[in-house]
Amino acid sequence: MLPTLNGRIQTRLFMLIVFGGLITLLITPVLPGLDLSGDSYQVTYLILATVTVLGVLWELLYHLIQQFRWEKDWPTLFGLITAINEGALVWLLLDLELVPGIDAAPDFWAFFIMFGVIWFVIWVWTNGPMRVPLIRWRFFGGRIV
Amino acid sequence: MTEPSASSVVPTTDPSSYVGAAPLPGDLTDDLLRTDIWSDEMVAAAGIPIIDIPFVTIGSGIGSFVTVDYLRIAGVPTSHMRVLGTLDVPWQTYEYLTRVSQIPRGERLRSDSASRPDNIWGFPSYAVSEAFHTKSVKPLWNVFTEPIFTDYYTPRAGHVFENLEREAKRIGYHEMLVKGLVRIVRRRYGGGYFTILTPPEGASATKRVAFRSQFVHVAVGYPGLKFLPELQRYRTEHNDYRHIVNAYEAHEHVYERLVQQPSTVLVRGGGIVASRVLQRLMDDREQHGARTNIVHLFRTYYHGPNDGYGNEEDPRPGGGKPRLFMRRRGGNGWAIQGFNYPKSVWGGQLKRQVRNLEGEERAEIYKRMGGTNTPWRKSWQRQMDAGRKEGWYTCLVGTVDAMKPHRDRIVNHVRTAQGTVPVEADFVIDCTGLEADIAEHRLLKDLLDHGGASRNPVGRLNVDRNFELIGTRSGSGVMYASGATTLGGYFPGVDTFLGLQVAAQEIYQDLAKHGFGKRIGPVRSTVQWWKWLFGSTP
Repeated sequence: MLPTLNGRIQTRLFMLIVFGGLITLLITPVLPGLDLSGDSYQVTYLILATVTVLGVLWELLYHLIQQFRWEKDWPTLFGLITAINEGALVWLLLDLELVPGIDAAPDFWAFFIMFGVIWFVIWVWTNGPMRVPLIRWRFFGGRIV
Repeated sequence: MTEPSASSVVPTTDPSSYVGAAPLPGDLTDDLLRTDIWSDEMVAAAGIPIIDIPFVTIGSGIGSFVTVDYLRIAGVPTSHMRVLGTLDVPWQTYEYLTRVSQIPRGERLRSDSASRPDNIWGFPSYAVSEAFHTKSVKPLWNVFTEPIFTDYYTPRAGHVFENLEREAKRIGYHEMLVKGLVRIVRRRYGGGYFTILTPPEGASATKRVAFRSQFVHVAVGYPGLKFLPELQRYRTEHNDYRHIVNAYEAHEHVYERLVQQPSTVLVRGGGIVASRVLQRLMDDREQHGARTNIVHLFRTYYHGPNDGYGNEEDPRPGGGKPRLFMRRRGGNGWAIQGFNYPKSVWGGQLKRQVRNLEGEERAEIYKRMGGTNTPWRKSWQRQMDAGRKEGWYTCLVGTVDAMKPHRDRIVNHVRTAQGTVPVEADFVIDCTGLEADIAEHRLLKDLLDHGGASRNPVGRLNVDRNFELIGTRSGSGVMYASGATTLGGYFPGVDTFLGLQVAAQEIYQDLAKHGFGKRIGPVRSTVQWWKWLFGSTP
């Protein structure tokens, strides 16, 4: 998929809500230091929301970077390595207790596993299987509607 | 070897094999030829049998194939479509062109991993499928790191053709194929079109057969590939078809001679075909002991980053330092680009941008993106560097004023910025890929003269965003066109695998609005994908 700004944001929201939401539901109880309780889910879903909101802002920056590329493309590799900057920022905010609704940062590995799994699944899905249900998606810059 | 006087180097069907010696009934009349819109009675009066079919696609190449593939997946049965053309298999012309221009089945094309004409989803991509079949992670690593750390992954030509064959069988392509020449499509009173097919000799009791359809799709490919005028003149005047060749005609004899005898070759052109021909020349030096001296003539020489027009040392308008957001790699003469257009024309920013441009503005962006270019490949760079160092590969910038025979060789008078210099060569290989005007194709000329079709800002067939051929409406009938003949429209990159699929998607969707075929929503799409995977009929 070769993203337009609109397509980037739409794909980001769709992926984090659908895959992020589902994976968070399944993974939360098995993360270190978390369980099946409502408190645990509150923490993980707030983390997911933070990733989503910040992600939209990150997309603006990525779109700007893309303008320096003659092909106006976004290599597959970039889609994976941007996990580093995005993950680091979210963890920093958690650690500094700046995420509204989360008073104490969860265990680092809980965050790392959750973030890593969601990111990897979304990255794989956007680089292939997503083209199966939505045939127009790849020709329209990643737009879903 | 190509017929010397032919305007096109691409082999075309010999019309004499279609029109037999014995006069047959059911031919076109002067009255029909003069009339833009035909009635059923006129066609019947001429004795031409009429076959009713809702949809015909003319061309029988990859453009026709990709379009019927989409429609089969959208639920259209084979009995509702006919593919009209002279090719036995959709990839016939394509395979010919790639083979002679030095991409035999084992070599890699210049095409993206997800551009699969046999799979509308582009998933699994060629890289994934190659990794699976060869049990190697190399192709996956390649697509993961491209184009930052590695060259773009591109599929092997043979891999593409084998998969096309599989898909052709799956969708019942050969049930839909009707062989014959098509030179006329005319609108019909009361809506729809008549497509006149000339079947091969002996295949029909009449000379022509008319297909009466509501929808027509035209995908006839390149109108023709021409020789540069000075090369054509030299060939005709000196009756020399051995030493001056076009990269798109069979010219294996040149390479054979070069291996036997040290010679000088003048290569003209700065695109992918020039790269391929150079690779062959340099491979033969490395592997078969050829001692070929290569002189490479560029018309436009890129010194470094460029914006599609020129570069820092280019005095022409558009030259000068390229803008920060419009810099293409370049150097040693070449403009460097992964594929024949910047990648995002097939689905990203540039696709969206051009979709909203009209007239001059559109023609302008085409010039920037569409100029001659070639991909960066490590092996080619290494070979050319060696050639420069050892002195057997030299470059010149300019145009050829005159060509004269001198003993067994040809003297090319090359006009450069420093004056005219004579270049003596044993062979000249034309890799410029000069394309013929669309009016040189009989069907396209007829559509321009009698069918209501017009030209776009680049001079090719004017199609709308849905690939409807503007001006050709006929009642409830709609005519579409895709492929190279529509270059210059709202969507660039039409003459590529993915471009044909982008067009086919628009066409299928428009046809679905007219009640022909179903919409491919997420459920149908997913079900159909599984059918594709298991090779079952759509």
